[in-house]
Amino acid sequence: MSLVDTRTPDPKKFIKGATGDWEMVIGLEIHAQVTSESKLFSGSSTKFGNSPNSNVSFVDAAMPGMLPTINEECVRQAVRTGLGLKAKINNRSIFDRKNYFYPDLPQGYQISQFKDPIVGEGIVYLDMGKDGIVEIGIERLHLEQDAGKSIHDLHPNMSFIDLNRSGVALMEIVSKPDIRSSEEARSYIAKIRTILRYLGTCDGNMEQGSLRADINVSVREPGGEFGTRCEIKNVNSMRFAVAAIEYEARRQIDILEDGGKIDQETRLFDAKTGKTRSMRSKEEAHDYRYFPDPDLLPLEFDDEFVAKLAKDLPELPDEKHGRFVSEYGITSYDASVLISSRANASFFEDVAKGRNGKLSANWVINEFFGRLAKEELNVANSPINAHQLGGIIDLISNGDISGKIAKELFEIIWVEGGKPSEIVEKRGMKQVSDTGAIEKMIDEIIANNPEQVIKVKEKPQLIGWFVGQVMKASQGKANPRAVNEILKAKLGL
Amino acid sequence: MSDLTKLSLKATRDGIKNKDFSALEVTDSYLSAIEAANPKLNAYVSIEAEQARTMAKQSDEKLAKGQGGALEGVPLGIKDLFATIGTHTQAGSHILDGFKPEYESSITANLWADGAVMLGKLNMDEFAMGSSNETSYYGAVVNPWRADDSNKDLVPGGSSGGSAAAVSAWLCAGATATDTGGSIRQPAAFTGTVGIKPTYGRCSRWGVVAFASSLDQAGPITRTVEDSALMLNSMAGFDKKDSTSVDLAVPDFAAAVERGVKGLTIGVPKEYRMEGMPQEIETLWQQGLAWLKDEGAIIKGISLPHTKYALPAYYIVAPAEASSNLARYDGVKYGLRVNGDSIDEMYENTRAKGFGAEVQRRVLIGTYVLSAGYYDAYYVKAQKVRTLIKRDFEQVFADGIDAILTPATPSAAFGIADQEMAADPVKMYLNDIFTVTVNMAGLPAIAVPAGKDAQGLPLALQLIGKPFDEETLFAAGRVIERSAGLDFTPKKWW
Repeated sequence: MSLVDTRTPDPKKFIKGATGDWEMVIGLEIHAQVTSESKLFSGSSTKFGNSPNSNVSFVDAAMPGMLPTINEECVRQAVRTGLGLKAKINNRSIFDRKNYFYPDLPQGYQISQFKDPIVGEGIVYLDMGKDGIVEIGIERLHLEQDAGKSIHDLHPNMSFIDLNRSGVALMEIVSKPDIRSSEEARSYIAKIRTILRYLGTCDGNMEQGSLRADINVSVREPGGEFGTRCEIKNVNSMRFAVAAIEYEARRQIDILEDGGKIDQETRLFDAKTGKTRSMRSKEEAHDYRYFPDPDLLPLEFDDEFVAKLAKDLPELPDEKHGRFVSEYGITSYDASVLISSRANASFFEDVAKGRNGKLSANWVINEFFGRLAKEELNVANSPINAHQLGGIIDLISNGDISGKIAKELFEIIWVEGGKPSEIVEKRGMKQVSDTGAIEKMIDEIIANNPEQVIKVKEKPQLIGWFVGQVMKASQGKANPRAVNEILKAKLGL
Repeated sequence: MSDLTKLSLKATRDGIKNKDFSALEVTDSYLSAIEAANPKLNAYVSIEAEQARTMAKQSDEKLAKGQGGALEGVPLGIKDLFATIGTHTQAGSHILDGFKPEYESSITANLWADGAVMLGKLNMDEFAMGSSNETSYYGAVVNPWRADDSNKDLVPGGSSGGSAAAVSAWLCAGATATDTGGSIRQPAAFTGTVGIKPTYGRCSRWGVVAFASSLDQAGPITRTVEDSALMLNSMAGFDKKDSTSVDLAVPDFAAAVERGVKGLTIGVPKEYRMEGMPQEIETLWQQGLAWLKDEGAIIKGISLPHTKYALPAYYIVAPAEASSNLARYDGVKYGLRVNGDSIDEMYENTRAKGFGAEVQRRVLIGTYVLSAGYYDAYYVKAQKVRTLIKRDFEQVFADGIDAILTPATPSAAFGIADQEMAADPVKMYLNDIFTVTVNMAGLPAIAVPAGKDAQGLPLALQLIGKPFDEETLFAAGRVIERSAGLDFTPKKWW
């Protein structure tokens, strides 16, 4: 592929070096495990955590004479993902063999797609906050088999092999070298993960290895020629991705500034030291001897197959974001937070339907998500449902409770459950909007505090003290707006 | 009772069905014949006497109840390349030492479903690589045929040498075989038996140890054309476990055998008239054409201009696929393991010890032609040649040719440990000169014994057909067989 620079150098992202500024160029290959019942070319289960070598068929173990047959669901998942990445779907693609020897690769080759992948070029948009929307190109997406697992620490000089993962379907999503900072890389991984999760094509579980990234990093003088890249293999967390990129870019800059040159190589990130180290040089790189797998026919489907999948696609994060902003009148930032997952977004919609969008967004994001995060819970196992939270917001909107009381109410429902309106009624939490009652309290306070009354006439901001006294007397239930108005009238402000 | 092994497959089947004799009696006769002959011929690498008797008894029980399949009770030999549950399946190789699969190949499963009985596993060139059955880890198979007044051991051809020898020497009623570049047809030609390589995709490859996946195709070796049709009927069929298997109904091949050739147009490709081809091969070819013409066929000269590139292109494609297909034999999971101090050393030791010279040669060739920098010059170019070869055939078939007649081999069987061939592998590869094009194009072709050379050794003609038109090959093959009217029973010396 020919490399095209699609970005304008942004000084904010430059790295200061001894000899001047440097710019990072980053491209990612994300390996996403396809959500499917069975493996890419065999009927074995893909279930995670089963005892070693229990999800293994004769095909997975590469027994003599065994043949692969394509799992249609994996094909559908790849097409769905391609559609989600706004990418070109290739109605004809070819499976190739990538040949290399490793004990956890039973066939001695991985079935992958080399020249003709199932999905071609696409686009992913990153919302980089104040830096705006950044467009990252997708080069391709292809289907391939995962390898098994080698376990080296159970015996002094032997290794153990677990083939449960052998043959599980992966989608390799290859970006163009359009990423210019570790923060963008983090955001890109997060965005891809969100899209995959929306589509239900990959669970995005980085801890379990369902999503991992190979990161290509190079540095150059801002806007200059692309430098020589190093590939950091198998990074399995976003935090590690950021750390690996930062370390690797600095390492390369130091070499270049010392007059050295970068060797194209494959490197590994060590999470303990926060450093990358060489795994193999370009000279040691495998010659994979790719060629079309003669056991499989070209993978072909018609436009109708794609159209049907497109029709059943869920609303995607970008579309949802746009709709939330226009439909609920919320900020772009709030919309981004709310769409982080389908479950969160739909919780918000359940709350916001027929209510004030901004108020709903504030409550969902600040009180609700904040509390979930603190307790390490999520929407699915939250003690408060959308109906209850909506009820709290209704009480605020109706002027029945103040924001402060609402927070107390939220706390009560979080712990004890119950219907917001009933709790407010039963516990006398409704705010007092009865002007007569408020006037009475105010008259009393004015009468008891003649000195303050004199002072407030000179310094009107002291009205706050009076408000505080009224709220104290009403145990927080007086309607603040009514209190303000009556106070101003009585104090002649 | 006359010797029950000296019957055609059809006569065996009918005799069992009519209760002229029992399946067990036939099986026992074959087992005795094998026991007596195998030390000399080395056709079987594993004799499954107990299992054979059990299967034969089951056939007799079924027939007693009025049940039974198309091959009920018929004893067959199975090439060692086919996975058979719990029995020897080593592809003639040391590297699969002790390997007994827990699965049954689709083809053998089809045969057992039709009632056939397995006598044992047949010797073959290692991983089906060879044209003389001398590359087997289990030693060479000896051709039951000898030249007149000679005691010299001859090769039965390869790679299905065990299958051909066993059928020829009456050690089974029929045998499974496989053909990647001629491995059914060449040994059939060397032993006076009938061998058909069906259209690619006609028989499932599931459970057949792979040599070159895009070329491999299984078929039967039998004593007659009719037997061939009967046995292929049971072997063939769509299999969803093999993505390259074709979902087409299997016609009644046996019904086509006596159809004749009247009105068929038979092509004679000028490119098959090789320089230095023995006169007796040329004579046989002309004789075959005359027989077909006598029975009403129209003979027409044709051109298949890319024929001369077929053999070199084949020796790129086949080793390339083989180098990858054989990567799984690494000592990790099954078969032979020769330990070393590192994983790489274990691989090297295992594969050096486990693979014979010919297999190693082809793995090296295949690895080379797929390597970065060579791939386009070799593999890609060979695939282009392959497309052109296919197009040559499509063109002549589109022009009205129904089948093509050629010699099957450039000579009759040669001697075991032939010095010239041992010195130059390419000489050995030239045995496939008439047969490889068919594999490259995925077409069906049958080798039918048609004559004998000056020393009394069998010679065969090859008929090449349109895709999935095996029926015409059986019909035309039968005309050759009937017109030749020769007895292709080797004189017993073993």
